[in-house]
Amino acid sequence: MGRPLIHRSPMPGLGLSMGITLTMLSLVVLLPIGALLLKGASFGIGNIWDTVNRPRVWAALYLSFRLSLFAALFNLVFGVILAWVLVRYRFPGRRILDAAVDLPFALPTAVAGIALTALYAPNGAFGSLAKELGLKIAYTQWGIFIALIFVGLPFVTRTVQPVVEEIEREVEEVSATLGASRLYTIVRVIVPMLTPAALTGFALSLARAVGEYGSVIFIAGNIPLRTEIAPLLIVIQLEEFNYDAASAIGIAMLLISFAMLLAINLIQVWSRRRIGYV
Amino acid sequence: MSDTNLAPPRFRSAIEEPRPARWVLIAIVVLGLGVLLFAPLIAVFAEALSKGWGAAVASLGNRDARAAIRLTLTIAAISVPLNAAFGIAAAWFITKFDFRGKAFLITLIDLPFSVSPVVAGLCIVLMFGANSVLGGWLVASGYPIVFALPGIVLATVFVTFPFVARELIPIMIEQGRAEEEAALTLGASGARTFLTVTLPNIRWALLYGVLLCNARAMGEFGAVAVVSGKIRGQTASIPITIEMLYNEYLSVAAFSLAALLAMLGLVTLLLKTVLELRHADQIAATYHR
Repeated sequence: MGRPLIHRSPMPGLGLSMGITLTMLSLVVLLPIGALLLKGASFGIGNIWDTVNRPRVWAALYLSFRLSLFAALFNLVFGVILAWVLVRYRFPGRRILDAAVDLPFALPTAVAGIALTALYAPNGAFGSLAKELGLKIAYTQWGIFIALIFVGLPFVTRTVQPVVEEIEREVEEVSATLGASRLYTIVRVIVPMLTPAALTGFALSLARAVGEYGSVIFIAGNIPLRTEIAPLLIVIQLEEFNYDAASAIGIAMLLISFAMLLAINLIQVWSRRRIGYV
Repeated sequence: MSDTNLAPPRFRSAIEEPRPARWVLIAIVVLGLGVLLFAPLIAVFAEALSKGWGAAVASLGNRDARAAIRLTLTIAAISVPLNAAFGIAAAWFITKFDFRGKAFLITLIDLPFSVSPVVAGLCIVLMFGANSVLGGWLVASGYPIVFALPGIVLATVFVTFPFVARELIPIMIEQGRAEEEAALTLGASGARTFLTVTLPNIRWALLYGVLLCNARAMGEFGAVAVVSGKIRGQTASIPITIEMLYNEYLSVAAFSLAALLAMLGLVTLLLKTVLELRHADQIAATYHR
């Protein structure tokens, strides 16, 4: 223990700021999460497994993760294109589009949920179009997919945008001078530079989609085994005052979230080592 | 239009995509955002006004709607200042002192972003619900947390936990400690140093964080749905009331309240954009959720 826990500092307010920080962190975040883990420990690993290992729970977890992955992949591709267009091209309305990218952060999830349902329901503006093509979007997995795209849309763009801004044009000029076509330059020079930030945004988008509740439940239809997401199962168990089962599913989701948080941190460490910034 | 367009067409810039490719990409982006973002936004207002202004405004004057608006304002009025106080304290602690485990502490502060709001609500129910030791004692003493305002505030603070701290920490790292050290050397007290040196330096970042925190606090649905018990007129915030009205097929009433929250979202976006344009150097460049 060579290094002191806290270095001496002439700055005032150590006790106060540390006290407030640790008290609020414990009371609001750590103790409640601890309560969940404690509940799980008293319920027992065997019982947790029995709760999770049921077709309805597996179906919900599988649905949540599969659709979240697809939505995050869509956002990865669309988000990188969006970031590129917003930084590099000049066209009327660019600023408005740039500001609008954050709309999913600013629009409450319940509002987004009922709005998307109104649009994609069979009698809605887009839903009726899809109906003519023989497609049903709302109350199917397609509806969940669209809602998850909506909530995860800003992440990739907002992580990639600053990196695009910092790309030095000289690098592209060198590549062009050496005879590379524009497409070759994009694929071999620009895409590798954007990859770490894009992956961070992808992971954030994925994590958000897996836990998403408000924007999904209205459009999902919530049919067990088919369009029932994992967070909804927790709510259903809670409404039946079945705290043990709710905790078991909650712990499963929490563990998966922790794994994702770890992955995000590893990606950031890796990318910082590789290109110096995220 | 970029300046390279002025060049004769034969000399196509080597570091730009060909014109048709640019048009296609711009078209994809405009169409994509139009369908994914603008259409839902328009749908909210179109549905709210589908029976005219009168019906929309009348539904907002309804007793339950008024109670919901009052509750949501109360939630924000308590949880946003709590969050701002925490954010300032945490940023001060993290940026003005050197201690072991700093990275771990920052990870813990960010933790709520990775936790599903429903799981957050569940945690608070387990900690403070009538079934728990602490919750049982609190209920017996006449201070119920879950299915009451304190629980809703706790859930809201949980989901908005990192908002202010995340905005302040990068900007305070960038600004360093020299100005505060100078003030202290000149004999200013700690409080005076904070109020006259630090606070003016971080005010825009603080406002930025508070703005985002407020939008989320007023709009939180999942966590509040779990802890509130959804008691009409008592623990039903605006988002919860929207859900209840929508499930009762009271479409105009649901979308009118939704339009109210959508307007809050638009104002938030507008102020946020203004802050980014005017005070870009005093807001951290981190993009947040």
